[in-house]
Amino acid sequence: MVSFDASGSHGAPLHGRIRKRVGAEGNTIRSTVTNNAATAIDSPIGDRFTVYERKRGWAALDLRELWAYRELLFFLTWRDILVRYKQAVLGVAWAILQPLLTMVVFTVVFNRVLGVQSPDAAIPYAVFSFAGLLPWQFFAGALARSGVSLVGNANLLTKVYFPRLVIPLSAVLAGLVDFGISFLVLLGLMAGYGIAPTWYIVFLPLFVLLALATALAVSLWLSALNVLYRDVQYVIPFLVQLWMFVSPVIYPIDQIPEGPLRVAFALNPMTGVIGGFRWALLGQTFPGGYYLWVSFAVVVVLLVSGLFYFKRMERVFADVV
Amino acid sequence: MSDIAVRTVGLGKMYRIGGEREAYGTLRDTLVRAAKRPLERLRHPGAATHISEDLWALRDIDLEVKQGEVLGIIGRNGSGKSTLLKVLSHITEPTEGRAEVRGRVASLLEVGTGFHNELTGRENIQLNGAILGMTRAEIRSKFDDIVEFSEIGRFLDTPVKRYSSGMYVRLAFAVAAHVDPDVMLIDEVLAVGDLEFRRKCMGKMRDVGSGGRSVVFVSHDMSHIRQLCHRVYLLDRGGVVAVGDPESICSMYESRAGSGGQMPNPSLRGLAFGQHDVGPRIDTVELRDLPDDALRSEYEFGESFDLVVKLSPETQPSRKEYSALWFLHDGLGRQLASGWSSPMDDVVFGEADTGMRCRVGPLSVPTGEYSFRLVLHVPHYENFDDWPEAVRFRVRRCDPFESGYDYPGLHSVAFFLPHKWGKTA
Repeated sequence: MVSFDASGSHGAPLHGRIRKRVGAEGNTIRSTVTNNAATAIDSPIGDRFTVYERKRGWAALDLRELWAYRELLFFLTWRDILVRYKQAVLGVAWAILQPLLTMVVFTVVFNRVLGVQSPDAAIPYAVFSFAGLLPWQFFAGALARSGVSLVGNANLLTKVYFPRLVIPLSAVLAGLVDFGISFLVLLGLMAGYGIAPTWYIVFLPLFVLLALATALAVSLWLSALNVLYRDVQYVIPFLVQLWMFVSPVIYPIDQIPEGPLRVAFALNPMTGVIGGFRWALLGQTFPGGYYLWVSFAVVVVLLVSGLFYFKRMERVFADVV
Repeated sequence: MSDIAVRTVGLGKMYRIGGEREAYGTLRDTLVRAAKRPLERLRHPGAATHISEDLWALRDIDLEVKQGEVLGIIGRNGSGKSTLLKVLSHITEPTEGRAEVRGRVASLLEVGTGFHNELTGRENIQLNGAILGMTRAEIRSKFDDIVEFSEIGRFLDTPVKRYSSGMYVRLAFAVAAHVDPDVMLIDEVLAVGDLEFRRKCMGKMRDVGSGGRSVVFVSHDMSHIRQLCHRVYLLDRGGVVAVGDPESICSMYESRAGSGGQMPNPSLRGLAFGQHDVGPRIDTVELRDLPDDALRSEYEFGESFDLVVKLSPETQPSRKEYSALWFLHDGLGRQLASGWSSPMDDVVFGEADTGMRCRVGPLSVPTGEYSFRLVLHVPHYENFDDWPEAVRFRVRRCDPFESGYDYPGLHSVAFFLPHKWGKTA
């Protein structure tokens, strides 16, 4: 009879959609279902109770539930994008202008004035810096949006239930449109300079994923922390600014001196991401197993810890936000 | 039981007010407190560390909602109604006990949750639908119904920031009304919109209840509770005080809240005019019925009663003659009628008077909730006391034509005008 409860709940996809899987933790459910299995068949609504009670310790990451709310994730991401372009006078043009103008300023200041050179004579500094700005601006934008995302959506948190992860996740994903536009601009720029992308470009999606994971990992920490301490939102712009200087956006990774400093730079996952972008797009020095693996490991640690911290704090968001 | 849709067992929710939230915020504990401690000591040497107070918004709530039942929850502000809905909606976690909910849940704790002003009506329907738990396919299939129900018509592609508040609310309710959950949790959302739209909402709500779905409905409006609910829980200070049929529980609540007698909180009055300590003050306002002069808070159409006012002894007599004035308000706060002791009746009061009595009736208003506001003043010169909602009462039945049909209040007319129809030759 116990096996019946599963088949019964699958019979009603509508009701199964949002229902949480709770079988493992609540013996009440099991007893409820088994005692009433016969009557439950006729019940037009699902035969399984969702139990809400205080959870202690570290909550499990419920990916299945997150999947059930994928459409909400889609709509919130869509909203963020729509609202951003509607409110700006320049609209989508802004997504083109911002990296382009940054690139121009970088080229004038760092290349012409300070003499920072692209490591490859065939690649002009303009293209070199733009290839670095591409993942960097995605990362910086994701941090800026997601950091305040939970607080900014406080009315949702206190009025409707959904997995709270959806909020910072949609804030991060909303940056992908800008990223896509910037990417096209870069391709245009490369075409203008007569630079063909290398075949390594097939690996670019992997680095995009790494950038996404990095952005999400840091965003989880920042957004959750910001609910508890509003100071975080004032720290973020400062953090992003400093972080850019310790990431190889302006300069190539080859210029990072050997020794302990290189170890310190490797701990910054954006070093691996930006190096990877330049390698895949422009055929520059591969960030090396050293950078890449350390970056990857750091991202995994940040992401897993971020998820756990977020899940732990999630249950009090509605009370304290 | 298999026909239970919602059940709570020993449910409790505690908030920690003031002080630090020690229960959570491990990072805060370790970092911030560590940093704050020395500062705190510098500022208040010898002071005790933060004292926090535990507030149980809910305690030991055992409640059951059957499948297809519309359950009402009433209680004063702060009695825990909204917290209960938040726990059942899974928005907040209970501190103790357990809530069990079966099937798909939709919570309507406010109208238009997640509406974005920059987006158009069309976009907001999609967004709000997703937030309330509808799938994209569902939103698509119900889209036309929602638009029709909301009556926004050609404004569909206008940003909602340009909507009138009425349109905004209609659209928001229209989306919510088309969510199709097994359990619906609703907080006061009917208290919006114009009369016509409210009536439509009430009809929709009744459909929800009769469609086999369960509804938990929180409201301050007893007439809504009486019209919609099958069973009612009365909450007070986080606990269940009474459970039963809507009529008896609502009456119990109204008598507690002071209908037909004193308002529980006289300090609320006098805010409108800024009163002084000089002159007469109202002590109590009561509605009494003639034969045995008993307190009564329920009347039928055509009945009369006495409005009985007791005055507090004047601490600082004004030595002025003053008049009394009442306003009759309906449940929406609309002013329907008034009665002056002077110049209408040419009765004035003075320092020596300790009370007043005003015969009111026969009542010509439809079924619903009403209240009297009382004012003591020297017209155009000085207000001594002003007490909005000094006394409340209800018109239980309204059948002016003795047709056996009960004319529902609020949705039709403000009052009945005696009349007679005939044919011309």
